[in-house]
Amino acid sequence: MISSHTVITVVRNFMFNIFSTSSIFSIINKLIKFFSSLIFIALAVGLTFALLISPPDYIQKDSVRIMYVHVPSAWLSLATFSIMTLFFILNFVFKIKNLQLINYSIAPIGLLFTCLAIITGAAWGKPTWGTWWAWDARLTSMLALLFFYVLIILSLKFISPVERSLKLATLFSIIGSINIPIIKYSVDWWNTLHQPASIKFTGTSTIHSSFLVPLFLMLLVFLIFSALIFLMKYKTEIIKMKKKGLNKYD
Amino acid sequence: MLTRKVKNRLLSIFVFIFFLIFLVYFILSSLNKNILYFKTPSEVFSSVDILEKNKSQSLRVGGMVKKGSINVDDNEIKFVITDFKNEILVSYKGTVPNLFSEEKGVIAEGKFSDKKFFLADRILAKHDENYIPPELKEIKKND
Repeated sequence: MISSHTVITVVRNFMFNIFSTSSIFSIINKLIKFFSSLIFIALAVGLTFALLISPPDYIQKDSVRIMYVHVPSAWLSLATFSIMTLFFILNFVFKIKNLQLINYSIAPIGLLFTCLAIITGAAWGKPTWGTWWAWDARLTSMLALLFFYVLIILSLKFISPVERSLKLATLFSIIGSINIPIIKYSVDWWNTLHQPASIKFTGTSTIHSSFLVPLFLMLLVFLIFSALIFLMKYKTEIIKMKKKGLNKYD
Repeated sequence: MLTRKVKNRLLSIFVFIFFLIFLVYFILSSLNKNILYFKTPSEVFSSVDILEKNKSQSLRVGGMVKKGSINVDDNEIKFVITDFKNEILVSYKGTVPNLFSEEKGVIAEGKFSDKKFFLADRILAKHDENYIPPELKEIKKND
């Protein structure tokens, strides 16, 4: 008979061990080497598919290629925010120092992808819709996501002491995370200029497979890229923390 | 082992999220009409406000361009927006986006000049969620 308390203790010990900085430090360097050797091959393959092999769309023509940057960055900006919020909540409840360092490294990546999604969206919107920007539900909620990222990064950077800045960032991330399902379903709930999702979790996708291969290859490139950026930033954050002598768990 | 402090923090987070979801839900459901980027012809005709009281108010009407309805003469383009139930005749002076064509989504921004006649200041083309290579489109047409 295993009581709930033992389960929680085991889980907590596991979390502390896996996130303990000293054990993770040597792994980071190996992972950085691995990903940096991988990224150029992936990028070359991804770009070949996106720019050369992929057919143009029957009506958008070649501007469909913008989608190969736009969609992965939009997905990653949402995924990053969700993960960040989860870590902020876990850090708030269990006070796991390492999650805080992970979030310092995650937040700028999310901001980068949000900006990228909005800029490429505008570049696609001009030739397709006839306008750079429209205040429809999808675009506006995406802009709100950008503001939440900025708020979180600013509060992490400029508010002191650390405890207060973390509390503020946690608050912003929870409020901002309500926006995530709104972004996802805005195109279904309301009339928007932005088209509904072409790739669906259930039912048939309305995008031809010849567009899907380059799309998922570019997603892979973006994933490797963000992993690389994350690891580099995370390493810096660990070094910073060790220098400050604030490490409580080692 | 969950200490008392951890339990309290966990509880406060849950309560906070719970109330936040409620708050956002009520805000969105009260704003529901205003979030719509455009109105379909049926939505326009079902609201008396737009047609009777606020005739001078600018609004956006969206739907499909009816097949065979595009009519171009000296700088002016006329076409019919339909949602397959109701129709609105739109007149517009200026250039239209590349994707503007028959049986494609369109959004017109402007004012009603009378009950079925809409003067547009701006035309936006709406792209649907279908991504098809050109060769396949030809095959579909031939079928």
